[in-house]
Amino acid sequence: MALRGDWMYENNGGTCVAIAGIDYCVVAADTRLSVGYNILTRDHSKICSLADKVVLASSGFQGDIRALHKNLAARHLLYQHQHNKQMSCPAMGQLLSNTLYYKRFFPYYAFNVLGGLDNEGKGCVFTYDAVGSYERVGYSTQGSGSSLIMPVLDNQLKSPSPLLLPARDAVTPLSETEAVDLVKDVFASATERDIYTGDKLEIVVINASGIKREYLELRKD
Amino acid sequence: MELQRSMVDGSVCMKDSAKSEISSERTLYPYVTGTSIIGMKYKDGVILASDTAGSYGSTLRYKSVERIKQVGDHTLIGASGEISDFQEIMRYLDELILYDKMWDDGNSLGPKEVHNYLNRIMYNRRNKFNPLWNSLVLGGVKKGQKYLGTVNMIGTHYEDDHLATGFGNHLARPILRSEWREDLTFEEAVKLIEKCLLVLLYRDRSSINKFQIAKITDEGTTIFPPYALKTFWGFSHFQNPSKGAAGTW
Repeated sequence: MALRGDWMYENNGGTCVAIAGIDYCVVAADTRLSVGYNILTRDHSKICSLADKVVLASSGFQGDIRALHKNLAARHLLYQHQHNKQMSCPAMGQLLSNTLYYKRFFPYYAFNVLGGLDNEGKGCVFTYDAVGSYERVGYSTQGSGSSLIMPVLDNQLKSPSPLLLPARDAVTPLSETEAVDLVKDVFASATERDIYTGDKLEIVVINASGIKREYLELRKD
Repeated sequence: MELQRSMVDGSVCMKDSAKSEISSERTLYPYVTGTSIIGMKYKDGVILASDTAGSYGSTLRYKSVERIKQVGDHTLIGASGEISDFQEIMRYLDELILYDKMWDDGNSLGPKEVHNYLNRIMYNRRNKFNPLWNSLVLGGVKKGQKYLGTVNMIGTHYEDDHLATGFGNHLARPILRSEWREDLTFEEAVKLIEKCLLVLLYRDRSSINKFQIAKITDEGTTIFPPYALKTFWGFSHFQNPSKGAAGTW
């Protein structure tokens, strides 16, 4: 049994979203942990605060996610000791990509969205696949409900094409409260149709004054 | 005869040049297994319960297996899955507690710390394709803080107010979700757990009518001696089972 390759992964479900604003970033994820048709627990956070201005949300296999978060947190501590400053969001973005690709042939089954503020204080969102391919975007979603949420975000946030010249800003002109409301709406919708999304929503907002956390009850069925 | 290193996993075996043979030094499948563990927090601490069966496939080989053990002063661990791997885990944990005690600095590892250590062990063994084939429940109290967590063979871990492994997840958890409260007394908690154990006894093929309950509070740990529950089989369907059948069966 252990010689076959599929027993060492499982998908614990869940959805993550991040939206970048002019001077803030919203990162949100549901708190349900599932396996197959079972709910293991309704109150498990998928979000990790890595630095002052960097927050990571991951969905996928919980064992790998926890190991990945611990790995990055340890690397950040080392960085602080060596450089006497916090890591910026683009720096953490590159580190996450390298960490994921390091295990290219035995991947971390983790689908990540990294959110924070860049060096100019503007909202910054990076989206990843399981082996480290990433790009900076204005908003993104990963996880089991991502295919339900992404089209809605595309419609509401109308991100300009990255091919346009001169380059247009991908961050949304929406205010912080409007962005948080949008996040609540998309999760309520995803909860209706995705069995792995629900129970509770954890919303983290990063802005110049720091990191703020908020919770919203979702449907438990 | 010569020693040879496997190209697959680096394990070493004796090889006869006449015939080719590669031995494997990793867990392939479980042999002697324990079934569910149920754990829940109650007013004064945490309760764990299990039966005392060790099954060898479909044979009930061992009927007095202690699947709940104490780890240090503040933690109880219950294991389902491969019993020999549980014994290996106890060796790891006893060593951890021993080294902690040897510091003799007045500090002691609480359930959170033990759970974290265990998570790393399980995950790292999974990464080496040589898992400890167990699902474990860890419960404890330290300085009034109750803790209940679980970890399985691939490293998935989480905490909650009530937990179960194996069949318990399917049969006991729904009962607990409906009837668990923060302020259960010990007697109420035992009644609730017995309700779950009874359902498992009726519906889980590998469970037996010999249970053990263990509790842990700030005052200390108690692992109670095994006992049996009263079962009821007097359903009308079970009376006269061959009533409607003409012939042999």
